Amino acid sequence: MRTWLRHHWQALALALSKLLAHKPATLLNAIVIGVALALPASGYTLLANLLGVTQRFAPQPQLSLFLRLETTRPELDAVRARLRADARIAAVRFVSRDQALKGLRATEGLADVAAALGQNPLPDAYVVRAHDLAPDALDALASDLRKIPGVAHVQLDSAWARRLAAIAATGRIATGLLAALLAVGLIAVTFNTIRLQILTHAEEIEVSRLIGATDGYIARPFYYLGLLQGVAGGLVALAILWLAIAVLNLGVQDLADSYGSAFRLAFLGAGDACAMIGFAGLLGWLGAYLSVSKHLRQIS
Amino acid sequence: MISFSDVSKRYPGGQESLTEVTFTLEPGEFAFVAGRSGAGKSTLLKLIPAIERPSSGTVLVNGQNVGALRRAALPYLRRNLGLVFQDQKLLYDRSVFDNVALPLAFSDHSPREAARRARAALDKVGLLGRERANPVQLSGGEQQRLAIARAVVNRPATLVADEPTANLDAESARAILQIFFAFNQVGVTVLIATHDEALLEGCARRVLRLAGGRLLS
Ligand SMILES: Nc1ncnc2c1ncn2[C@@H]1O[C@H](COP(=O)(O)OP(=O)(O)OP(=O)(O)O)[C@@H](O)[C@H]1O
Ligand SMILES: [Mg+2]
Repeated sequence: MRTWLRHHWQALALALSKLLAHKPATLLNAIVIGVALALPASGYTLLANLLGVTQRFAPQPQLSLFLRLETTRPELDAVRARLRADARIAAVRFVSRDQALKGLRATEGLADVAAALGQNPLPDAYVVRAHDLAPDALDALASDLRKIPGVAHVQLDSAWARRLAAIAATGRIATGLLAALLAVGLIAVTFNTIRLQILTHAEEIEVSRLIGATDGYIARPFYYLGLLQGVAGGLVALAILWLAIAVLNLGVQDLADSYGSAFRLAFLGAGDACAMIGFAGLLGWLGAYLSVSKHLRQIS
Repeated sequence: MISFSDVSKRYPGGQESLTEVTFTLEPGEFAFVAGRSGAGKSTLLKLIPAIERPSSGTVLVNGQNVGALRRAALPYLRRNLGLVFQDQKLLYDRSVFDNVALPLAFSDHSPREAARRARAALDKVGLLGRERANPVQLSGGEQQRLAIARAVVNRPATLVADEPTANLDAESARAILQIFFAFNQVGVTVLIATHDEALLEGCARRVLRLAGGRLLS
């Protein structure tokens, strides 16, 4: 176990020293990988920000509960109590049938219709806003509300929510595709770097083999090299992203101020940032693994 | 123990370089492989660490049929052999110390123990004090000795050396030979290939004489 740890530590140290010994090449590689990674990362970040904004400014999907015409006062209060008690509901507003009729009269073009009615045909209603605005959650809530005694009809306006979800899904697919494409690019970049490294060290590899080094021992520093290069690229990508958001926020600030809003583009969360670096490291390792598998055998 | 029985070797697309070679080297024995250039000395030596594999016949090293070893088993065979190559195969972008310590890196030694062994090996070949030098800064004979130090640093029971005295004057050659005698004295089996007949004359040791790939009796 200690030997195993030492061998890994040695390989890591060797890989680090190789990276530091060729600083310009290391930096160049990190930038290439960083730029490639920054693209999907920006897509992801902007998408997250955009969703936040639209959710804030979009018309809130509401549920309208129309009560039976013959509903009595105690029944009304019972429905209200049920709604208040439901943890999924954020706000409840009561619209009485008189208020509804007034609204109808005030609506241009419908005043005559209202006058012709004679008796008020409109029911009392509750307008409900939910905490969770996801279309599925709203559907579930609506079907529960329909079961409340005294409720004649529940109308759910979830078209906007569905549209928003569809836009978000499309954005996510686009970001995912971009990420997949550039992941292949990153693997290719690492593959080639490691290939060059193996060729540069062909003599050392040959000698090591002749005097008893296992393939695992020979390959290990190259794996670490790929991993470290990926991580370095991930860090560069984060730096690019951070810079881009800082610059964009200069423009966003003016725009938001004119609306009296304190809105700013947000940077990736700590978890997302770590995940990205981990992903970059993994891709680097994978590129190195493929390269080593292919090229180490060619040296004998 | 090293044992060849009816070993032939033909390189792909070439003539037969070794033909039906049979001999046995007992543990602790010291022998030369002699013959003119192209006689097949290097080929014979390369069969022992399975750098080359026999076309027919069997090569046994400590009871193992090395011609049939899987690729993954080769490192463990080679770690138990001390190999000196005809072209030395030193790493010229590493220090003398790193060259000697190379075989210790992939066996189970602590860095302290590795450094101790590396210095001991350099001491045996008279290169102590040159650890920081680069191999290119060494003379031909010193490079030969560095190659020997790397071969013995793991304290192998068997030393296989290909022309370790090539390109040296007679006196330096004998000095290097003395190093091998010293190892043989403490029980190490030694097999040395040489084309230098003068070198053989002075020392009464077993000589395996090759001519055109055949062992003369
Ligand atoms: N890798 C190879 N591929 C093809 N033929 C080879 C190879 N290595 C050696 N030979 C041939 O095998 C024969 C024996 O070569 P070998 O290197 O064993 O000779 P040697 O006795 O070591 O000679 P020298 O004293 O010059 O080192 C030669 O005819 C050589 O051309
Ligand atoms: Mg030879």
